[in-house]
Amino acid sequence: MLEGILIGLGTVLSLTNLLMVVAGCLVGTFIGMLPGLGPMSIIAIMIPVAISIGDPAAALILLAGVYYGAIFGGSTSSILINAPGVASTVASSFDGYPMARAGKAGKALTVAAISSFAGGTIGAILLMAFAPMLANVALLFHSAEYFALMVVGLSAIAAFAGSGQIGKALMMTVLGLIMATVGEGVLFNLPRFTMGIRDLQTGFGFITLAMAMFALPETIFLILDPGRSGQGCSDTNAIRNLKISRNEVRSIVPVVGRQSLQGFLIGVLPGAGATIASFLGYAVERNIADKEEKAEFGKGSIKGLAAPESANNAACTGSFVPLLTLGIPGSGTTAILLGALIALSVSPGPRLMIDNPSVFWAVIISMYIGNLILLILNLPLIPYIARILSVPRNYLIPFILFFTLMGAYIGQNNATELLILIMMGIIATILRFAGYPLAPALIGFILGSMLENNFARSMQLYDGVGFILERPMTLGLLVLAGLLVLVPGYRASRARAQAGNAAP
Amino acid sequence: MAVPHARDAGRAGHGCIESMSLDRYIALVFVLLCLVYGHTAFITMDQGLPPFMQLNPIWPSTFPKVLSVLGVLVGTSVLLGIEKSDHTAESAEINYRKLTEYRIGQALALLSLMAVYAVMLRPAGFIVSTVLFLMTGSAILGERRWIIMSAIASIASVFIWYLVDQVLGIFMRPLPAFLS
Repeated sequence: MLEGILIGLGTVLSLTNLLMVVAGCLVGTFIGMLPGLGPMSIIAIMIPVAISIGDPAAALILLAGVYYGAIFGGSTSSILINAPGVASTVASSFDGYPMARAGKAGKALTVAAISSFAGGTIGAILLMAFAPMLANVALLFHSAEYFALMVVGLSAIAAFAGSGQIGKALMMTVLGLIMATVGEGVLFNLPRFTMGIRDLQTGFGFITLAMAMFALPETIFLILDPGRSGQGCSDTNAIRNLKISRNEVRSIVPVVGRQSLQGFLIGVLPGAGATIASFLGYAVERNIADKEEKAEFGKGSIKGLAAPESANNAACTGSFVPLLTLGIPGSGTTAILLGALIALSVSPGPRLMIDNPSVFWAVIISMYIGNLILLILNLPLIPYIARILSVPRNYLIPFILFFTLMGAYIGQNNATELLILIMMGIIATILRFAGYPLAPALIGFILGSMLENNFARSMQLYDGVGFILERPMTLGLLVLAGLLVLVPGYRASRARAQAGNAAP
Repeated sequence: MAVPHARDAGRAGHGCIESMSLDRYIALVFVLLCLVYGHTAFITMDQGLPPFMQLNPIWPSTFPKVLSVLGVLVGTSVLLGIEKSDHTAESAEINYRKLTEYRIGQALALLSLMAVYAVMLRPAGFIVSTVLFLMTGSAILGERRWIIMSAIASIASVFIWYLVDQVLGIFMRPLPAFLS
């Protein structure tokens, strides 16, 4: 492991890569602060830039920096204007915004920054310990297990979608998988399902889909409802006083410790991610706080701010575990990162650590540096960066739309791609109106071809579907996948039946 | 924070059956899509398959066949509402039933503008079309300070073109086709 850390340090400590970390964190913070633009949209917009860098390590370092920068920026707008830029920082506004209204905006930002830093750093240490172990186990997997593992990942994502949403999430997953079959596959040189459109022969572009599913609907929502971008009320004078007292530090240390660990573990699970980690972290800390402190939750408790902040950052780091070791993304954001890696011809998975140790370790090491940069560089800059909140939406929205289009155009260089983007964006917006989750569709789309390839390889090796019965691990994983989908629904219906019996 | 949530919950509870319709319509469309997809996978696709590939245990249509069956099953279960959803957990960000109360006109105008931009980008060149796009976009949103608007749009377009074309090295024709 020490060797790995040294490789990572050697890669990260070059001038270009350090610049990538700084640039990623700044851009992420800057855009993450804008209400409505989540980390997925920001990373999707940044992908063409990252790909044109060419060096996979540098590209991933940049995108990872953008990722946690965006989470940090999201918490800033949650605290200052009660308009979370990112779902995973909604919980931060529960106590952060009351603090800001009480004139303690600076203190709230400092608590958020320190908790994020601690969460991110503890997460990175755990990642360093866990990832190589998991990668070693994963090396024993064959294509049959991979196929089963991806099925488990996809079912878990649907299972975590929440009660009443599992069917919809599964539907979106299947939609993503169906879209992945459009175009020429790697296995067969036959174009499939192109509907006679020549530009579809290479399949849908994943950046186009990412933009269409996340950036465009969010912007359309911003246009439809001007109230979403709560702007112009950031009082920069209140932000100046960033100090917190020693007693306050002492009271948040155990919270940060607990929530970093819990957040990380939740982040590792596919489908759970930073949003669930932050809400759960908030709820847990409120429940175990003593009476006096409990009353303060929701009215500006620093514990209530520290908990979701450390949990969401630790969870972001945790979500890199399945990505780096299994090549299976557990969230929309890591799915986009996976797409970027594939575009750079790096295939993440257990062999990543062996074949591209510099990529693997550089990303982990860059997380420490990124977190440090967020703390020492971004925190003092926040009063200035926060001015972006006062950019009038008449200018902001055309620019967001323009960057959305550019992201897809630079990658593919044709106008049909842009028309597909607009059409898909409209469909995605309608799906969001109806409460369909979109991340499963994108994850399904990105995993689709890998799923099919592994399935096909096992079919060829075993001359049919016999591999499912002949390999106990494959069978076990597939059974697990089935249970993940069916058990929550069964339990919910039983609970309803019991409630129905109890109430005459 | 607490106030809008309470209102959402009340609204959802009030129109429990009503609010099912859009997602069920979508499920219906999805099932139809899967049927068409399945028809292609089960019937049309295999006709053109070369004989040597037919000996293979896996055909290009195998995976799509599995998907179409899965899709029909999942889509039908959503369509029939087998899985009961508790509406309180779900707070819709925008209530599509009151779409007319939102700025739907602006949204549609901006989407059309994007389509026009997509078609114009090649023939009119990057800088011209981007300046026009940014200015028209602001104007649609209600901006009327033309001078500031054109200054911002021009500076941004030239700067971004420089960044993409010169720094990142991705070619984009800056000016209309007849000028360059």
